[in-house]
Amino acid sequence: MAKVKSLADLRKMKEDLQSKVHLREKGDNYENLVQVKVGMGTSGIASGAKEVFNFFVDELEKRSIEGVVTQTGDMGYNFAEPTIEVTIPGKEPIVFGNVDMKKADQIIESYIKNGELVEGILPENYDKIDNK
Amino acid sequence: MKDIALHILDVVNNSISAKATFIEITIDEQIDANIYELNIIDNGRGMSPEVVQRVTDPFYTTRTTRKVGMGIPLLKQNAEHTGGTLIITSEEGKGTNIKVTFEYNNIDRPPNGDLAGVLTILITGNAEVDFLYTHIIRDRTVVIDTREIKEALEGVSIDNPQIIRYLSEMFEENINEILNN
Repeated sequence: MAKVKSLADLRKMKEDLQSKVHLREKGDNYENLVQVKVGMGTSGIASGAKEVFNFFVDELEKRSIEGVVTQTGDMGYNFAEPTIEVTIPGKEPIVFGNVDMKKADQIIESYIKNGELVEGILPENYDKIDNK
Repeated sequence: MKDIALHILDVVNNSISAKATFIEITIDEQIDANIYELNIIDNGRGMSPEVVQRVTDPFYTTRTTRKVGMGIPLLKQNAEHTGGTLIITSEEGKGTNIKVTFEYNNIDRPPNGDLAGVLTILITGNAEVDFLYTHIIRDRTVVIDTREIKEALEGVSIDNPQIIRYLSEMFEENINEILNN
């Protein structure tokens, strides 16, 4: 059984990576990166959070945006899954609901790149009912 | 949930919340016996017998934000639709074992789904947890052991973007190789 990719190749790749100067250590500079948290509780997963997660991982890299995509638990907005939280350095986190591929693309293009808000923000975000 | 892979992603998150450091996921496709078996074993904090009895109840959850928990009940329902079962055994302080069986050729058995993708998310998203994935189809087996992977990486973080992409391709090729035979 000839495996196309094996642990030996992985070792080789690791050496290549180590020889590069630019090896970002995760956790070093989280504050300076765009952070995308994808809510992956039961209802998130059932509504397609996994596809959204992969979309952000691929697209942030393709569009050369320095960012980290992480999974998190249920955010409590089960009526609006998949739900994601986006933090742009220096700004308050914003939660977007009903994120499909189209909305995800919009979020990257408008919000992450240009700081323009897009529809679908969950307004309850960090705002208590008695403040309204 | 549309497929087994998504169920795994969902249920394994319970193990991670239970502070497991080693999680074994085994899929055993016993085609000749017409049984599809999924086993998830963790070394998390485990549950008391009373809790074990209640986890298949949708109105039981350890979460404090909301009063329903659907992960296990949905998996159980899918298994039972095919005439299968979901059995949980657990011991406090030792860990939990979830064994799910499906009738293999039942029209209600969910397909495998994107197993490689789910493994990539689980493994690279929880770098501190070790996974042992075993997939058996008749006499063919594929094993993915993160302890070996981490040894090969020698300190380079498993959640490095290039490593993640490589691993996802590696998992996909390895799993497809046995699925396509």
